[in-house]
Amino acid sequence: MTAFRLASGGSAIDRARRLSFSFDGRMVEAYAGDTIASALLAADIAVVGRSFKYHRPRGIWGAGVEEPNALIDVAGNRHGAPNTRATTEPARDGLITRSVNASPNAAADRNAFLDRFARFIPAAFYYKTFMWPDWHLFEPRIRAMAGLGSVDPDWKSVGPADQINKHCDVLVVGAGPAGLAAARSASDIGKSVILVDDQPHPGGSLLHRDAEIDGQPAANWIDGSIAALRQGGHLVLTSTTAFGIYDHNLIGLNQRHHDGRPDTLWRIRPGRIVLATGAIERPLPFANNDLPGILSADAALIYLRRYGVLVGRQIVVVTNNDSAHEVAAALAAAGAEVTLVDPRMDSRLTVSANIRRLGGRTVTTARGRMRVEGVTLDDGTSLPADCVVVSGGWTPTVHLFCQARGKLAWDESRAAFLPGDPVDGITVTGAAAGTVALSEVFADVAKAAFGVAGTSSPRSTGPEASGAIMPTWPRAGAKGRVWIDYQNDVTAKDVELAARENFISVEHLKRYTTLGMATDQGKTSNLAGLALMANITGRTVPEVGTTTYRPPFTPVPLTSFSGALGGELMAPVRRLPLENMHRAAGAVFQEYGGWLRPAHYGGADAEAAIQSEALGARRSVALFDGSTLGKIEVMGPKAAEFVDFIYYNTMSTLKPGRCRYGFMLSENGVVFDDGILIRLDEHRFIVSCSSSHVTAVHARLEEWRQDRFGRDAVYIHNATADMATLTVSGPKAKALVAALDLGVSLDDGELPHMAIASGIFGNEAVRVARVSFTGDRSYEISIRADRAEALWVVMQEAGKAFDAVTIGLEAMTLLRAEKGYIVIGKDTDGTTMPHDLGVDGPRQKRGTDYVGRRSLFTDVATAERRLQFVGLRVTDGEALLATGTHAIAKVEGSVRSQGFVTSSYQSPTLQRPIALALIERGASRHGETIDLQHLGILRRATITGPCAFDPTGERLNA
Amino acid sequence: MTRRYSALSLFREGLANQTGWEPAWRSPQPRKTYDVIVIGGGGHGLSTVYYLARNHGITNVAVLEKGWIGGGNTGRNTTVVRSNYYYPESVALYGLAHRLYENLSGEINYNVMLSQRGMVTLCHSVAEMEIAARLVNAMQINGTDAELFSVEDVRRVLPNYNFAPDARFPVLGGVWQGRAGTARHDAVAWGYARAASRLGVDIIQNCEITDFIIEGGRCRGVETTRGAIRANRIGMAVAGHSSVLAAKAGFRLPINSYALQACVSEPVKPVLDTVVLSPGTGVYVSQSDKGEIVLGGALDRVPSYGQRGNLPTLESVIAGLLEMFPSFGQLKLMRQWAGIVDVVPDSSPIIGESPLPGLFLNCGWGTGGFKAIPAGGTLLAHLLATGRHHDISRPFDLDRFTTGRLLDEAAGSGIAH
Amino acid sequence: MQLFPCPFCGPRPETEFHYNGEAGNIRPDGAQVSAECWAGYLYERSNPKGAAREIWVHATCQEFFVMERDTVTHQLAATQTPGFAEHAE
Repeated sequence: MTAFRLASGGSAIDRARRLSFSFDGRMVEAYAGDTIASALLAADIAVVGRSFKYHRPRGIWGAGVEEPNALIDVAGNRHGAPNTRATTEPARDGLITRSVNASPNAAADRNAFLDRFARFIPAAFYYKTFMWPDWHLFEPRIRAMAGLGSVDPDWKSVGPADQINKHCDVLVVGAGPAGLAAARSASDIGKSVILVDDQPHPGGSLLHRDAEIDGQPAANWIDGSIAALRQGGHLVLTSTTAFGIYDHNLIGLNQRHHDGRPDTLWRIRPGRIVLATGAIERPLPFANNDLPGILSADAALIYLRRYGVLVGRQIVVVTNNDSAHEVAAALAAAGAEVTLVDPRMDSRLTVSANIRRLGGRTVTTARGRMRVEGVTLDDGTSLPADCVVVSGGWTPTVHLFCQARGKLAWDESRAAFLPGDPVDGITVTGAAAGTVALSEVFADVAKAAFGVAGTSSPRSTGPEASGAIMPTWPRAGAKGRVWIDYQNDVTAKDVELAARENFISVEHLKRYTTLGMATDQGKTSNLAGLALMANITGRTVPEVGTTTYRPPFTPVPLTSFSGALGGELMAPVRRLPLENMHRAAGAVFQEYGGWLRPAHYGGADAEAAIQSEALGARRSVALFDGSTLGKIEVMGPKAAEFVDFIYYNTMSTLKPGRCRYGFMLSENGVVFDDGILIRLDEHRFIVSCSSSHVTAVHARLEEWRQDRFGRDAVYIHNATADMATLTVSGPKAKALVAALDLGVSLDDGELPHMAIASGIFGNEAVRVARVSFTGDRSYEISIRADRAEALWVVMQEAGKAFDAVTIGLEAMTLLRAEKGYIVIGKDTDGTTMPHDLGVDGPRQKRGTDYVGRRSLFTDVATAERRLQFVGLRVTDGEALLATGTHAIAKVEGSVRSQGFVTSSYQSPTLQRPIALALIERGASRHGETIDLQHLGILRRATITGPCAFDPTGERLNA
Repeated sequence: MTRRYSALSLFREGLANQTGWEPAWRSPQPRKTYDVIVIGGGGHGLSTVYYLARNHGITNVAVLEKGWIGGGNTGRNTTVVRSNYYYPESVALYGLAHRLYENLSGEINYNVMLSQRGMVTLCHSVAEMEIAARLVNAMQINGTDAELFSVEDVRRVLPNYNFAPDARFPVLGGVWQGRAGTARHDAVAWGYARAASRLGVDIIQNCEITDFIIEGGRCRGVETTRGAIRANRIGMAVAGHSSVLAAKAGFRLPINSYALQACVSEPVKPVLDTVVLSPGTGVYVSQSDKGEIVLGGALDRVPSYGQRGNLPTLESVIAGLLEMFPSFGQLKLMRQWAGIVDVVPDSSPIIGESPLPGLFLNCGWGTGGFKAIPAGGTLLAHLLATGRHHDISRPFDLDRFTTGRLLDEAAGSGIAH
Repeated sequence: MQLFPCPFCGPRPETEFHYNGEAGNIRPDGAQVSAECWAGYLYERSNPKGAAREIWVHATCQEFFVMERDTVTHQLAATQTPGFAEHAE
């Protein structure tokens, strides 16, 4: 028994509330307020995990986010997560936890043998071996060994994480003395403040270090400050980590909850950022400095003061700076036998009489196997110990400052990188800026941040910390294994190896040795690694420099980022005004180009339903919801000139009341969209583009309007969602529309194919357009979307007399394929030009400019070997061709593709398969039989024109 | 000094405390002139100088790197190696790279950890299945390996995938390439550097190009932060910054620079064996040999040279991942970063002589340059050695933007590469 | 998350905007334009590292505008309100 819980003390725990959880199958007693780590320490569980590579036994090092060793898997849906830091995870009753990377458990890991082979598997050894006979023979075993914690495949989300956006005048990161003082002074001058701290309690170092403010215990000042901030309406977020500063000074915060809710992501946009992020204690470089029972001095003090846990009975405190002297005194006062080892002969702080003090010396080696048993000093002295408490100095937490493109400056006297030239909108203060003594911290805050007359600054009236330090870095050639990166098992020898092999750039050092790439991202190790590299290569520490600081500061749950962005919200579908009616009619919905539309109606057998709908459409009349069709109005004095420029086809010659089919090209000459243009009057058109292109077409129209024609010349309004379009198509279409009594003359002389008329349904204006996508006589009736339901009901009712069928998009797509009408993006690809589709007139004849024109005359546009739009016919009785089948030809001994099938259906009308294709020189090869290949199977088919049904178009007027 | 890497040499060095290894590459002072210099010490630049020496015997060569080798996109990408392309020209290019990768570790005596655990590109709709069939047929005809996967096949390789019937992006099947996989990106850079250095190539780091030396309308060398360096032929492979150097050389390129972000989770025990790409979520993901889930998505929306991540893209990529693998909701993000990529209108690379004679280009790889490193190097080396195109690089010349002979995989196959 | 100033709507998050090309890329009209000139318009870009002048569209209101910003630091310099004609003849 070494570490234990004292009979009293511990400001964070509530001794009245006992709880227990399991760790590696063993029950651990704890108090409310404990972390998993403090409870494990109180239970004297020294080995809490295994290192990544050598499976070294490892104990708790720290008491916060910097912890490299104590990672655990937590089970369950509510709190469950792999690789959870025991030092920041609250102990909860009934929690099931286990160590990571250990099997069966941390104390007895069957892979521990690897450490004995460590000399043969140094940094980056894997680049040098496993090549013969083949990496694939070795990799599966290595993969199985890798990773730390385990994912529970049955884990289920308990709900989406909240994401909150907020503005404030001042965001203060860190609620230690500097942050609290800064927040209060910002509040005093009327700023709105958000104060965040990653610990559950504000106060930072004041929670465990000796301090007195304004003549009172620090705790009073903390409580008073927090109360004042909350009273002032400011937001104080604890258990919240500022993990990243992004462009335009947006800060990301991750807030942990203690009730099982997913963490919350805060996106804060402050006017000003104060970084009072403190500093992180470093280890000291001596052999076996990774043994369980060796921990950070500051952590030892935290466990003592906050959790009432004394980390050992026979403790050696090793330090190179003044900050650990206070720790030594506190441990001794708590009853431990303490020896203080400090290489400095005359460090100015005196320590209490009951401490054995060994000045001018330091530790070279720690002894022990599963936990530390003693240390040896550089003069050969051997000291027994059940715990070694270490302070190698402090590394200011400058991560956020660097993420915001801040540059660091090396301070030799403090042996630390400090923030260099200021970054706009960001102030760094307190220990993060290298200021240690409380009075200096307060003075700094007053001066740097909000030192406006009239604000009161707190005064330090108690003991003052000292930053005096004798820098101690790992040295080349040291005996034994000096650990630098605990989690990733990087030793000083690995750094030496990297240097020997010319991996001397700090970024190469990181990647070659994996130094700083573990889940702690090198918070305790990076500086020692680069200082050693500096030493080996004869450079200074700043010459070696740091690696780039990247977000997040600490690992953030993926669920915080995804928030509610899941399921349909990930990519919302667009819905038809009549969706509910279609559902009631038994429609089966599918997503097409972002719209949720009826694929077909009723029946488990989709293919049969589609065939029956298509057949009905040809025999009698079909009703179809075409509301997704684009309806973009173009109006203004230059509207006609505008549509001429936008379309491949000349449109200005269109007469009012008439429609014309046309292509829109991209500037690279490729067909971007096809559709009908309706001319309502001299200066007013409706662009009826295809459903999935409405947004993009609208954007293009706006671009050319604003950038070429002028805002006064043309005005554009996208009315797609305002109007529903209901289509009547088939031999009995005219009769059915007549029965609707829309007040429109259906006489073919007055309303011929490709003409429009205005009618009325009830009190509602409707527009009737005679355009057809089926090849049969068709009427598209457009009406205000919110009145469409009544019209649809009447159409359904009237349809009964004509054996009308309601068809879904699949049948419509089939019908148009019988006619050889294209669907852009299906029957064309990103290289198809209008002349590939048989529409060459405008290219040959138009004299005015239009979008994409010049591209129709490039080498490739005029090349002979272009893919052209055709039909394909298989021998009667043969099966359908699969869409995606390629045409193949043997050229110079090798097979190559000559195009592919774009659409393929069983035609119920023709009672044979039909297919559309893009085939090399296809337009001039009608009648030719070609070879086809699909998934290795060869077929043959004959090239035809695209239109398989009613080639003369008689049915348009039948 | 130990030169050769093997299990045996590792064992011997283990007995000697690993003290006998020689530097992986030399770092000499730059000479005043070389036969050939290559600007850019990333994967493409390093493989170029290696193949110049190996294939063409040209060893009076230097590669000039602004920072540290492999520090650009080579060290920032998600390490996928594949050749599942649509057009024969693309298959020839990426197929060459894929084959060279398969023998690379042995050839350069450096384990680049090519891990061919396969890649599946998912299909979320009937339309996507049809396009997938078109793609698979093209690949089979063009001589690369591909299979059309049914949903059952996908289930077999991705047991943790979200096959719920109400999933936002249901899976109907996919395109499978069994030879695809990942390689260790740093190892590719370092392995080529070591092999090239041994063949006599000078690897010059911390050497930034400040200007080109142009005489008689021809590029004769470069001014650098380490002095003027002259050469008969100059190659450049500086993905992300191609336009910046082109401006110094006096021409413009059909390139926009964008940040492409990637991120990794904390390492966990194996949960994902293959590489997965979902067009619906825009996410591609694999699990590294170290156990991290390696995640990439779409380009950022804003043209940028800022090599750093942001929140909007990260959030949508992660949301996409959790849509695909709900149980990954237990994981935490460990690190996010970004690389700057050359985005070309047809998303195919540009290889060929630049408008400035004597200066040869290897650029425009967009988001997919890593997988092409061995081919990019082979082809640029061929150009630098002979002054003429290799058959495989000819279609990728800059002149395609004038002739209109673009090689847009997304246009042809409907799947963005 | 960058904040872009839409001349019509004010500052809005970057996700609402689309990049629409470099400002000053004048469209050469006509069928007689040389292939090189047309390719230049279609494809060649300055792609500056640092100060850039770009056309953006605020997708939610369809306002096109010119924005000057730094492509490395992402600092905004200025936006030009409606009425520009960067492609005009």
